Amino acid sequence: MRRQLRLSIACAATFMVALIALPLLNYYLPELMSRRIFGFTLTWFVLGILFFPLVWIISYFFIKRSIALEDQEAGAASDQNKS
Amino acid sequence: MNIDLWIVTFSALTVIATIGMGFWSARRSKTAHDFYVAGRSVSVGWNASAISGEYLSAASFMGVAGMVMSSGYDALWYPVCYACGYLFLLLFIAGPLRRFGAYTIPDFAEGRFDSPLFRKIAVTFVLFIGFFYTMPQMKGAGTTLAYIFPGLPYWAGVVLVGAVITLNVALGGMKGITLVQAFQYWLKMFAISVPVFVLMAVYGHYGEHIKVNSIRPSTVAGWTSYGGMMSYEGSEIVRKITPDKAPKDEAWISPFGPLTTKAAQAAKLSPQQARPYSLLYTYSLIIALVCGTAGLPHILVRFYTNPDGVAAKRTTMWVMILIGVFYLFPPVFGVMGRNLMPELYNGLTGVKGTDGVVLRLPTILDAQKFGPLGSVLSGITCAGAFAAFMSTFSGLLVSITGALAHDIYGRILRPKATPDERMKAFKLFAVVGGACAILLGLSVESFEINKLVGWAFAIAATSYFPLLFLSTWWRNITMRGAATGMLIGGTLSLVAIASTMFADQAKWAAGLKTWYAQHPLARTLAEQPAIWGLPLAIILMLIISKLTSRTVPTDVRMKMLVLHAPEKLGLKQEYIQEHHAAH
Repeated sequence: MRRQLRLSIACAATFMVALIALPLLNYYLPELMSRRIFGFTLTWFVLGILFFPLVWIISYFFIKRSIALEDQEAGAASDQNKS
Repeated sequence: MNIDLWIVTFSALTVIATIGMGFWSARRSKTAHDFYVAGRSVSVGWNASAISGEYLSAASFMGVAGMVMSSGYDALWYPVCYACGYLFLLLFIAGPLRRFGAYTIPDFAEGRFDSPLFRKIAVTFVLFIGFFYTMPQMKGAGTTLAYIFPGLPYWAGVVLVGAVITLNVALGGMKGITLVQAFQYWLKMFAISVPVFVLMAVYGHYGEHIKVNSIRPSTVAGWTSYGGMMSYEGSEIVRKITPDKAPKDEAWISPFGPLTTKAAQAAKLSPQQARPYSLLYTYSLIIALVCGTAGLPHILVRFYTNPDGVAAKRTTMWVMILIGVFYLFPPVFGVMGRNLMPELYNGLTGVKGTDGVVLRLPTILDAQKFGPLGSVLSGITCAGAFAAFMSTFSGLLVSITGALAHDIYGRILRPKATPDERMKAFKLFAVVGGACAILLGLSVESFEINKLVGWAFAIAATSYFPLLFLSTWWRNITMRGAATGMLIGGTLSLVAIASTMFADQAKWAAGLKTWYAQHPLARTLAEQPAIWGLPLAIILMLIISKLTSRTVPTDVRMKMLVLHAPEKLGLKQEYIQEHHAAH
């Protein structure tokens, strides 16, 4: 459970860095964020499009790790029972 | 808009398909278990589609596009945070909540703290959030139907949507609704994406349309305007000149625009002075939307339909993907609407103004060149809007019915009821809940209630989210701590938001309005209370739990094991068990 919580917090922290940073970048570097990329402003492109793949990647990574941790936990418990 | 045959056809098909699926699945829902949690056997794909279908309400289907059109960049936070909220649900709540094996969230509240009192508090919040969320759905159904079919009275839409869904819920319960909601997700996805692709093929793609919203169009060379239209050098997009009521391009496309500066504008601050308030507003909005999503009871209850905790986690990931893909499209409508249909900046609220952009934008396709294509696409988006009202209301009604039939009747009033009686109770209370929702919907026609969904999110973020988060991960939380934090956090946030609404609308609160105008900081914090409400609730829970640490449930280790142990260990113990013997 502690390792699961640590994993959850690490994933949440990664996401929160992005979530907290974007308004700050908008606030302090408006020139940079209003640069155009494929017609979008940079900030629009990040928020309107790139954010979604970011959460997909984080959640995919989390699921894989989390299920692996559960398997380890279950494996360790059944080993104990055998001995 | 004249009554269009295509719109009638597609809307009618959606309603008929919904009723048909209700009857079809009614034959397959036989036990109380089926009615409350769909037999706990919904596969990942079905459940993810159903949760997405339930979550994408009319506010998502039409409102997000309308908000992007009217407020620009800042409105993008809504779709992004609506989708990202599920990440928190995945990381902290989905797996443990499912493993607990309850029927409803109040079940969890009672079981986790061994406290029947806490069930009552939790059930009050479920009903409160449920009806708060229901009223705007009903009003939306009424006004949209009256708008699509001119001449129909307001009550027709409310009664139609209310009656169809009440029938479905009463016939099939959670199991019946799962199929309908999953179907309605894919219908909505189809209805929002196909028109976007067609419109982009004809009028230029998403990026091109944003490109012509240049930061300073009037001062930049390269613009030519003629006869109400203007075009930009080097771009094929021809845009209509935006009326004066619309926000200027610069404010529209850059962050900290009209949406987040209301408080500062009331205080007559310069744009430069207003920026810190906008930043604060943005952060608070993010917290409310992200944590609110992870605390909406009618969404959470769907996780109990998964077979186990791992499936619950997988489901959440797929929900994020399904919802994320959907949310790429509404902003495109908003952006194209700004360039191609600026007449919607008419100052009217609801579907008559910018919120109608999803329904109306396809009609700009020239009938002579494209035949009935514009009408067909508009019919499809109208059908999508119908699906949105129906699927969200069906989820809300299941949640409300669960609270009434399971928590109040089955647990508080008649704990000894047999599963068969519980199933009958579900059917009965579905009709009662549906009737209440219709009556409430009929009585709010003239009220400005679109904000209520925002209220529901703020309350969920400051009450349910901290409750679920701490009680799944912190073993020393006590009932008193949890209840105090939840009640005070939720209530103060509600009072704060309500005060800004009264200040704006009620005459007796004129004094408050002037006070808020002088104190933009207070106004910002009151309008978006999550930034202080959530920490307040968590701190209260921590402090009061420390003070009452003697009342930590004695078997808390066992409870934590049930919440977190993998199913493979064989410790699975459903809080509510099905009594097969009764059938």
